[in-house]
Amino acid sequence: MLRVEYAYWLLAAFFALAAAINLRQSRRTAGAFWSVLAVLFAGGDWALAAGKAGNHLPAQIAGVGVLLLAVIAPQMKREHLAERDEAERQASAKRLGHRLFLPALLIPLVTVLVVMLKTYAPASIAWLIGDASATLIGLTLACVLAGFAAIAVTRCPAATPAIEGRRLLDTLGWAALLPQLLAGLGGVFAATGVGDEVASLISQVIPTDSRLACVLAYGLGMVIFTMIMGNAFAAFPIMTAGIGLPLLVHQHGAHAAVLGAIGMLTGYCGTLLTPMAANFNIVPAALLELDDPNGVIRAQIPTALSLLLVNLFLMYWLAFR
Amino acid sequence: MNYWPLLGVMVVVIGFVLRWNPVAVVVAAGLTSGLAAGKPLPDLLALIGESFLSQRSLSLFMLTLPVIGVLEWAGLREQARRFIGGFRGLTLARLLIGYLGLRQLLSMIGLTNVAGHAQTVRPLIAPMSEAAVEKVSGALSRSQRQRVLALAAATDNVGLFFGEDVFIALGAVLLIQGFLAENGLHFEPMQIALWALPTAIAAFAIHAVRIWLFQRRLLAEPASAQETERAAR
Repeated sequence: MLRVEYAYWLLAAFFALAAAINLRQSRRTAGAFWSVLAVLFAGGDWALAAGKAGNHLPAQIAGVGVLLLAVIAPQMKREHLAERDEAERQASAKRLGHRLFLPALLIPLVTVLVVMLKTYAPASIAWLIGDASATLIGLTLACVLAGFAAIAVTRCPAATPAIEGRRLLDTLGWAALLPQLLAGLGGVFAATGVGDEVASLISQVIPTDSRLACVLAYGLGMVIFTMIMGNAFAAFPIMTAGIGLPLLVHQHGAHAAVLGAIGMLTGYCGTLLTPMAANFNIVPAALLELDDPNGVIRAQIPTALSLLLVNLFLMYWLAFR
Repeated sequence: MNYWPLLGVMVVVIGFVLRWNPVAVVVAAGLTSGLAAGKPLPDLLALIGESFLSQRSLSLFMLTLPVIGVLEWAGLREQARRFIGGFRGLTLARLLIGYLGLRQLLSMIGLTNVAGHAQTVRPLIAPMSEAAVEKVSGALSRSQRQRVLALAAATDNVGLFFGEDVFIALGAVLLIQGFLAENGLHFEPMQIALWALPTAIAAFAIHAVRIWLFQRRLLAEPASAQETERAAR
């Protein structure tokens, strides 16, 4: 049976290869960064299991590893790494034609197939994935299968996946790690009570007998808190418990389903605006090799602000019919 | 209530405004919040380590990189360009608005993982967008090219965010339903998802208009500037 840990070990191996290639080219900071990460991913499950069993030393070492990453990251340079010659790529594209799309499309198709099977026919796939997350196992399986398909279609040398994968990994640099780090920060914030403090502060400063003020506080609170946490899911329970339910639903009689649905979507407007939502905003800027790390956010500002207005209006109009 | 852990939020805001390295800012924010909450250093290190390790699934997308890398080596982006070049009537606006609608519809039926920045935007949609403009305008300048790519990534985000909330069996709706139920307000997921529909439609309309305006502005920019920058490249 497949376990998600296998995927993390596979990633650890990828990081280790990337580190080795960097170190051989005397790119020491990048080499050190991916080495630390390889160790963190290889030993992650063991550290979490030890923590559950009461031994916190491995988790503390992992914590030191994270601090180390933070020290190394500012010294990493993002640069365009040499690629295969354009003429050769053109010739290869002409030779292989649309067959090149096949492995690329295999990634989403296999992922979705596994997710659908798990959702609609769980018994058919239980032998393969058990209780593990279908999305994660599906994505991992898809990448492995698509990898073999890509090698078969392109007939590339055996080292090419590692070399080209490392090229993209170093193109991303530290940005690749931001989504995981930010989600981890969410965990630290939750453990130190940051969310409750924000909700308590906001409910102290707004005039609660004005319906409009409450809608504005809830909507803008969702946006701002989403921007800080980088995630509307983290902001939703806090803002709704702090403002949405006590003030809008109980005091002003708002329809809770409307408020919840539109409140969450108002938070999404914040997601479009913040570098904290790194997987949506910073990673693609790095993947597309934009000069401005906030280039994607800049392209989203007008859409996000217009939608925010629409959402505030919809909330005020639909929740109090 | 102890308000000192909010210092961690301050660190995040200041760090991003001053454009310090985000990895360092995030870790510093965690340290600040933990210390301000009065956690002893060994506990705090364990908390940081465990919080980081339990979110490894967010880094799983990096497994796509070797596959995409091999395909790029074999000319995937060039092939995507040639493919788009073959369609006469396909403009940037039609391509991106079509992608926006498709992404929203797929997300609405729960297929959020079908597309994404690593899976579809970098290898397919970005080169296709470039090709769709260059067919009409000739070669793009560096800054024009970057704006086209940024818009392609933005379109993927808008399509994903404002489609998935309409799907009943997915994270957002279930989170809303679960949270309200915990507080004694019981709804069927469908009753919640329905109210996401007006915003979904507004998102499509607003972003589609923006894509169309973007194309019009881009094509109106003087060609001479493009030529000189092309020579410089």
